[in-house]
Order: sequence, then C-alpha cells, then structure tokens
Amino acid sequence: MRRAPGSTAPEQFYEDQRGDDDIMEIQMGPSHPASHGTVKFNLKLDGETIVAIDVEIGYLHRGFEKMCEQGTWNHCFPYADRLNYASPLLNNVGFALAVEKLAGIEAPERCQYIRVIVGEISRITDHLTCLGMGASEIGAISAAFYMIEAREFLYDLVEAITGARLTVTYGRLGGVTNDLPADFNDRIAHCFASVRGVLADCSRLLSRNRIFVDRMVGVGVIPKDDAISWGITGPLLRATGVPYDVRKAEPYLVYDRFDFTVPTGTNGDNYDRFNVRLAEMDQSMKIVEQAMAQIPDGPITVTDPRFVLPPKNEVYGSIEGLMNHFKLVIEGQKIPAGEAYVATEGGNGELGFYLVSDGSGRPYRVRVRPPCFYAMGALGQMLTGAMIADVITTFGQINMIGGECDR
Amino acid sequence: MTPEALLARVATILPRLVPLPLADMRGQAVVTAAADVAIDALKTLRDDPALRFDLLADLTAVDYLGRTPRWEVVYQLRSIEYGHRLRVKVAADGDEPVVPTASGVWKSALWAEREAYDMFGIRFAGHPDLRRILMYPEFQGHPLRKDYPLNQRWSLVPERDPITQPWYPRREGT
Repeated sequence: MRRAPGSTAPEQFYEDQRGDDDIMEIQMGPSHPASHGTVKFNLKLDGETIVAIDVEIGYLHRGFEKMCEQGTWNHCFPYADRLNYASPLLNNVGFALAVEKLAGIEAPERCQYIRVIVGEISRITDHLTCLGMGASEIGAISAAFYMIEAREFLYDLVEAITGARLTVTYGRLGGVTNDLPADFNDRIAHCFASVRGVLADCSRLLSRNRIFVDRMVGVGVIPKDDAISWGITGPLLRATGVPYDVRKAEPYLVYDRFDFTVPTGTNGDNYDRFNVRLAEMDQSMKIVEQAMAQIPDGPITVTDPRFVLPPKNEVYGSIEGLMNHFKLVIEGQKIPAGEAYVATEGGNGELGFYLVSDGSGRPYRVRVRPPCFYAMGALGQMLTGAMIADVITTFGQINMIGGECDR
Repeated sequence: MTPEALLARVATILPRLVPLPLADMRGQAVVTAAADVAIDALKTLRDDPALRFDLLADLTAVDYLGRTPRWEVVYQLRSIEYGHRLRVKVAADGDEPVVPTASGVWKSALWAEREAYDMFGIRFAGHPDLRRILMYPEFQGHPLRKDYPLNQRWSLVPERDPITQPWYPRREGT
C-alpha cells in the first residue's frame, strides 16, 4: 500500500516502540460507547496504567476550510453552524464578527445585544452537553437526563428566535436574520428558572458525590504553564487558575457593559473543570438577563447594499433592488482584499477565525482556530501515567466536539 | 500595548522582522520574518519581558498559488499577561516548502504543524513526529492546496456507481 511521504500507520507506531513484553497495546475507539465523539486512542498499557498514548483524530473531517473557499461569504454560515454543533450560534457570531472586521462594518447596537444573548444561551447548551455526557459516561445517568432536559428548554428558546434547534444559520454579514420574539422576556424568565433548578439539582447530585469526586479529583491534571504552552484556552485553562477569557481580556460586541465574573479553578484537574463550567453557566444566565434589561430598540442589520441583501419589496418592486440582489447572490459580497484574525470566546475556549480575502466575492482562505483541537493535543500529557478509566473522564471534560476538532 | 507601540517594541529588539502597515492589516499588528531567523525571533517574542507572547493561539498556512514565494506560514501570538496580539508570517517557496519547526518554543505547534503538513504539505524541519493528522495515512496529496483537484477521490474500498451497478438485481428491460 502506498503511503504519503512522512506518514506513519498505527501498526508502524507500535512496531517502532515494541520490545517490552509486559506492555499491552490496545486501540480504543473510534466508536467507543463511553466517548461522545469519534476519536481513537492508541494506548500502551502496563496493567491498567497508561504508558503511552497516541490520539488519532480526523474521523469527522469534512473539509470545512476547503468548502468555504468554494462559495460566497454568506455560504459559510451554514458550515460554521456545523463546527461546534453543541453551540452553533457562537460559531455563527464568531464568523460574522471576523467577516465584519474584514469588511470594516459594524452591526447595529440591537444586533450586538442579540448576538450576546444567543451566544450566551449557546454557551449554556454547550456546557450542559459536556457536563451531562461527562456525568453519564461515569455512570451518573440521571444527572445527564436532567441536564439534557434543561438543554431542551434552552433549545426551545433558540427555536423561538431562529426557527431551528441546531442548524440555525442565524448570523449574517452585518446583522442577524430575525428579531427576538415579542414575549422573549417571559420565555427567558420561565426557562432560566427551570435551568437554575436543574443546575442546583445536578450540583447536589454530583459535587459531593463520593464516586464522582473519586473519579474526578486529581485526574487529568495539567499545570498552568504547560496548559498555556499547549495552547489550551477556555474552561480548561481557567480550571488551572489562569483567568483568561476573551470576553474580559478583549471585550468584543457589548461584553464590557455587563457585570460578570470569570470563574477559575486551582488544580487544573477534571473536578475543577466541572466546577468552572457549572459556575460559567450561572454567569451566562446573568449576562443574558442584563442584556435583556439593557437592549435598545432599532434595526437588527446594517443596510449597506454592498454586503446585505435588500428587502424583498425592493427586489420585486425596483430595478435597482433586483440588480443589487442579483449581484450579491451571483457574485457574492466583494469584501476588500486583506486579512484579519478575530477571536471570540467559544464554548471550549478561544474560537478564532483567520480570513484572507482577495477582493473577489469568495473567501480566499478561511481558517478556524478550533479550541478543542489544541486541548486534544495535550491529552497525551494529561493521561500518561494515569489509569485507563481516566481516559473517559478526561476526554469527557475536554469536551471534544468532532465537528470543531476535525472540521 | 497598542499595535503601534507593539510594532515599535518589536522593531527595537528584532530589527530583522519587517512590520506591515497597520492600515492594510485592519489595525492588527503583523510582521514578516525570514525562515532562517523565524524560530529565534519567536523565542525572543515569547521571552521578552515587555512582550511575553506565551500563547501560540494558532499556526496555519496560506497557499498563494501563482505568487512567489508561494506559501505563508502564519503564527497567531497572544500574550495572556498583557493581552496583546501579534501575527508573524514566514514565507516559503517551492513544491515541497520547508520551514523550521516552532514546536520547541510552544507545544501547541506540535499538532498545528502536523495539520499544516497534512493540509498543505509544508515540511517543518526538526518536528519530532511529522505525520498526517486529519487525513488517513493512505491519503495522497494535500487537500487545501489551491491546485488540489476539488473532485479528487481516494477510496480505501472499491467504489460502486449506484446507477450502473445498483445493489439490487436489475429488472429486464430497464
């Protein structure tokens, strides 16, 4: 079989390191019932202790970056949804911000508030998915059911805003598609009351649960300096005690107008990661409530004819509107040539978009900086010397989302 | 530190890096470096007490097909302590471009360089484990290159055309 130059097959990986008869080699995955994500761990075990680990990713590679180069800028929004499908709106917002930076436009104030609101709702769904699945994988399936139920309430909110639960395609260059529903305040109050109840229940179920604590405390530890060197960001980095949150460090949208804290841990183990995520959901709900109190009236999208489709009555009622629509759909938005890197705080950490435009209507290069890709790179260090059962808890708390890690 | 002050500081301690005009870069601080000084420069940027770029947020490449040099390897640096960002671009040329590895400076470069190799075919000299990461080992070519054919298929099992070879027996006369 022909191989690409420089590549090593898994068999070869083991062949190179053979020699000790006591070492058992197993391949865990790609479809392991206790890992929520398609990934393969090539493990070398001494008894139950992990001697070496090689993480194989890429099972969900769909060529996101290549696909984005084929369409117009607006065609990328549906693809961006499918990066981190536990928090599609955060990806949508991040991509929109990056393109707007490149185009040199800024969304209206009401739109920025809406983006904050939908983004924070998505962050809660992301953390609920991570913690619920992480709990179910070590046997606490009732906590998982509670959390998934809470996520369902939040998906109802998302559905009321965007019309879809998961594949929302809500962002647009310079705005969003729909305004918030009229009764959104009531919906938020009702939903957050249930979510807060669920979080309190789950915290009581898990935080001082002997089995849970034994499985989580001191497992998957990574020191602060190593975490930074590995490029880890988000809840995983904050669990080590570094209060790095892009929302605080370089506030985008209107995050500087809200009063919220950045929860941190101390040890950088799985238990701290769990607690950081739990505390962050509280903060996110606080942000949404403040945003709902402050949100001004106004337009939800810019009306720049170079980037935004004209309203339908103009398309059907005037030749200028029709031509504008035709040019935008056929040729795409002519984003001025240049490049920009814009970072936002995604569910798992710094979600960056590095975009290069050549001035035509299509992206020349779209690069997404996937936060869990770098966390997965550090998994080898976190798990070497640990027990094989720790793979499950650590991998669960890293919250690898295949769509984002493999793109 | 503002982008202007940042570029001024970089110019003082690393005169061989070339800053790009802020107006062209949407106000973001960008410098280019020659491949032979790149790694020393990155190390200096990481360790300088006024800069402290301790986080390599991202490493990627861009294929400017038809331009010389054809490749740009892009490092997105971030200082957690000071909160500023810098983008370093290293140019490379040829069909099998070679750039020195940054994995000795930041560990996040270990996987990011594997991905850049996988997607663009850029060789990172000195990388301890340069193999494919997203594509499978049998894959040939580098899919994000601009000259990679869009409809190229590499099948591990023989592919069957469902029109001419349906899975059910074809009826007479169809």
